[in-house]
Amino acid sequence: MSANLKLALRVLGRRKVFTAISLVGITLTLVVLVLASTIMDNMFAPAAPESRLDRIVAVKMVSEYGHDIDFGSNPGYAFLKQTVFNLPHADRVAIYSEIMAGVVYDGSRRIEAHLKHADGNYWNILDFHFVEGGPFSMADNDADRNVVVMSESMRDKVFGRTHAVGRTLNVGGRSYRVVGVVSPAAITREAAYAQLWVPIGTLNAEERSAVLGRFNALVLAHSRADIPAMKREFQSRVARVPVEDPKQFTGFRAGLDTTFESFSRNMTDNHHGDSAPTIVRATLAGAALLFMLLPALNLVALNMSRILERAPEIGVRKAFGAPRRTLVMQFVMENIVLTLIGGVVAFFMAIVALRLLAGNVPYLDSSMSINWRVFLYGMAASAVFGVISGAWPAWRMSRLDPVNALRGGSR
Amino acid sequence: MIQLQNIDKVYRTERVETLALQNINLEIAEGEFVSIMGPSGCGKSTLLNLMGLLDAPTSGRLAVAGEDVATQKERHLARVRNEKLGFVFQSFHLVPDLSVLDNVEIPLLYRKVAASERRRLALAALDRVGLGSRVHHFPSQLSGGQQQRVAIARAIVGRPRIVLADEPTGNLDSAMGEEIMSILHELNERDRTTIVMVTHDERFAERTGRIVRLFDGRMVA
Repeated sequence: MSANLKLALRVLGRRKVFTAISLVGITLTLVVLVLASTIMDNMFAPAAPESRLDRIVAVKMVSEYGHDIDFGSNPGYAFLKQTVFNLPHADRVAIYSEIMAGVVYDGSRRIEAHLKHADGNYWNILDFHFVEGGPFSMADNDADRNVVVMSESMRDKVFGRTHAVGRTLNVGGRSYRVVGVVSPAAITREAAYAQLWVPIGTLNAEERSAVLGRFNALVLAHSRADIPAMKREFQSRVARVPVEDPKQFTGFRAGLDTTFESFSRNMTDNHHGDSAPTIVRATLAGAALLFMLLPALNLVALNMSRILERAPEIGVRKAFGAPRRTLVMQFVMENIVLTLIGGVVAFFMAIVALRLLAGNVPYLDSSMSINWRVFLYGMAASAVFGVISGAWPAWRMSRLDPVNALRGGSR
Repeated sequence: MIQLQNIDKVYRTERVETLALQNINLEIAEGEFVSIMGPSGCGKSTLLNLMGLLDAPTSGRLAVAGEDVATQKERHLARVRNEKLGFVFQSFHLVPDLSVLDNVEIPLLYRKVAASERRRLALAALDRVGLGSRVHHFPSQLSGGQQQRVAIARAIVGRPRIVLADEPTGNLDSAMGEEIMSILHELNERDRTTIVMVTHDERFAERTGRIVRLFDGRMVA
């Protein structure tokens, strides 16, 4: 093993052109995969302010369906009241709205912002870091107080890098008092991301009775083990929610979902229920493999041409008794070393790419980061890539006829 | 040590059938130094490849180091090559990416030998061919004669009972050729290593114990 590793490093070091060409192809592919992994990691893995994701489930989509109709939307207040409020095993439940376009007026300046309405529990389920002040409470929400929490980047945009708590902010023509400033969440954090948060406030009668509406619900379970029981209870409650028009509709379809389940439900338009995560996971894995296939084929072609170049070496090794399996291992090891080097280079290039993107793409700030987990994904992808592109040429190489190989032939 | 009985070797392609060796009967005893001579294309290298278990006869019986090997599987043949045979090639065939020391260690990589022991044996083999001071050089930094000496060190590092040399002096000038021949003779006389050498050079052949002459795939002497 160590002899193979040593040889692999020597071969790659001495065949600089081949190594460079191969590394460019491998690295570019892996940069894209590492960036994709980073985005997914920042969507689905627990990290502040969604540190408790392993205990959080959510309701974000409801379909009301009939024989030839299927109408999907965010859940309304009435639906959530009947299905998630007072769920057994739930530590707490929060409701919040989808992102809305808000406009901040500062004298003659007009600043567009991503605005969310949330209740007081929202701040108890998500663990935001407050750089100033604190959250608004359930009492603030119930009393419909004009209070606002801002992201740090929005505060800097509106007030400059000065203290904001206690100051007044005009949002859409209504004045709010700033009560807190939070470190920004990445735009990929669906529940946590916004630039301004204001209370949901008092709902009118129509909003209170709406089954389909503009809300999402977050439910924090006491423990992860409670989630299956909560899901079962939720589904039995969903089955009991009366449809709005029994002539048109026969029932509701919704899930008390983890973040990935919720994403999958959305991607499949809520048509596949519990099998959606499997479908989406398989699609993503398939897409990643297909994306790796083209550069892998390119590397296979390069490796095949190297066989011709290295035929005498293979002949010598076979003459001196190298078993086929050992030769395959040697060549695959060379390829894995090459792709792992590509993986490390890609990791650092992805960090640079992410910083460039954060500086140039609106709403994508430095809060989206690459971590050791993404590094491991990248390394695993590199190893898979190495095996895929090395196995076939290695097998061909191991089967070379030694007499021909010593003459420099590739048969 | 090597026995060939009624050996034929036929190469077949879609259109042509070539009889490379025909009815070869040859016995080489332990400790012999045998030269194989003959014009180009007469089957010398084919015969050496059969003795080296790099190729299989079309028919006949072949035994190497006491083992009847004609019908053995490739994995077994690889082990016999590794333990009992050493090869020296006309064009040296050193691995350009490896140092002299690493090249000499190659046969030991396919045995259960610890890295430190591999190194010790390779250094001893290189000392024996007078290249103990060049162990960290790469093949491209050596002369042809030095490269062939490295190749001999590689062939003998595993202490094989048989060394097969395919025109070992063919790419060298006469002085370097003499050097290589004296190493081979020393190997044969001191260790009683059986040596079979293909050569075109009558002077070198005459100094070996026996000359086998081939013509059109047949033994003529």
